[in-house]
Amino acid sequence: MDIKNYIESGILELFVAGQLTENENKAVQEMMLKHPEVLQEVLEIESAVIKLSSAMAPGDNKHLLQLIKDKLQLGGKTVKVVSIEKSKYNWITYTGWAAALIVGAGLLWTLNQNKQLEVQVSDAEIEKAYLEVQIENAKTDLAAKEHLLNVLRDRHIIAVPLGGQGNFADSYAKVYWNKADNSIYLDAQGLPNAPEGKVWQVWSLTLNPLTPTSLGTIDNFNDDDNKIFNIANANESQAFGITLEPAGGSETPTMEQLHTLGVVAQP
Amino acid sequence: MQLDILISQFQKKDEKAFEQLYNMYSDSMHGVIYNIVRDHEIAEEVMQDVFIKAWHKSDSYNSKKGRFFTWILNIARNAAIDKTRSKAYKNTGKNLNAEFFVDILETSENLNDKVDAIGIGKYVKALGEKCKKIIEYLYFKGFTQKETSEELDIPIGTIKTRNRNCIKDLRAMVLE
Repeated sequence: MDIKNYIESGILELFVAGQLTENENKAVQEMMLKHPEVLQEVLEIESAVIKLSSAMAPGDNKHLLQLIKDKLQLGGKTVKVVSIEKSKYNWITYTGWAAALIVGAGLLWTLNQNKQLEVQVSDAEIEKAYLEVQIENAKTDLAAKEHLLNVLRDRHIIAVPLGGQGNFADSYAKVYWNKADNSIYLDAQGLPNAPEGKVWQVWSLTLNPLTPTSLGTIDNFNDDDNKIFNIANANESQAFGITLEPAGGSETPTMEQLHTLGVVAQP
Repeated sequence: MQLDILISQFQKKDEKAFEQLYNMYSDSMHGVIYNIVRDHEIAEEVMQDVFIKAWHKSDSYNSKKGRFFTWILNIARNAAIDKTRSKAYKNTGKNLNAEFFVDILETSENLNDKVDAIGIGKYVKALGEKCKKIIEYLYFKGFTQKETSEELDIPIGTIKTRNRNCIKDLRAMVLE
């Protein structure tokens, strides 16, 4: 194709005006790439039209660029956006820290609460153990009392009331004697606590002649709750007496300190 | 080619490339838009719309299909014509039928104080009446060759060469 004729045809002017079909445009594009003079022609046509239309512009439009960029959120606007984002970020940060503090405080409170509860639980455990001991004691106590009751109810038991003697008329005691197992149960509730340095001593007596035989001292008298004492007695006792003796007991009873005395009723 | 690189950067949403293209084409588009809407404020509105649209639709430009100038010229023409069809615009009561770009160059309506513009105005007056109209229709109004031939009452087959000669005259005037 003759390039000069091609240029002179006026197709390039229509190309710049946007009046060609897609295929025609492609063809022109190819020609521009192949032939620099075609490209040069296109540039000059374009340049002339741009100059002409620019001369028609009613005024300056540099200020519009900023408005356009603002609307597209470019340039200066971006800085503003960043600052907004930054403040947002700060707000989130503060809120985050505040939330973290609240959570932290909550956690500490919970831990403290937990510790308190643990102490309470441990207190309760101790209380429970204590109560268990008490129940156990009560059970033991009950068993002991049942045993005692059974003993007293035994048909072979011999009850011997011991009356107050002389100055000690208010004193009393009872002896339950089971000859089958050679033991007595002394109920000494009617006796006062032994004074300091003194001890109650139990005696088995035969009356003719009057012969006392020591059944022993009651060393734990003051500490005992029910004041019932199980004492071995293999003697053919005819009477029982209780005297207050110096600590450790005596060989023979101190008659001035005979508080109670009772004679075994003969069957 | 320099322009190709600039355009591909623009298509990658490069702000600097966008600014450069704006500086290259904004006066031209401003003139084209003003020629159609004939109102300073509306022209500025349409200018913003055009370059915003160009930014968002930059992907739609393909150098194989034509010049970048032609692409943005098309956007500007269509946006300006759309504007003249809007109700708000019609209420301004402008009668555009008799308006030609040459009027702008010849009257005080043109506030462009560039020496270029004043010089061009002087030369363009020398263009033949048919040339003024053919350039107006084909470049600034976006008429087809057929529409232009009907409007000017000249055979469609002669539009191409007529236009060629008119642009040749124009080039001689504005490019020296």
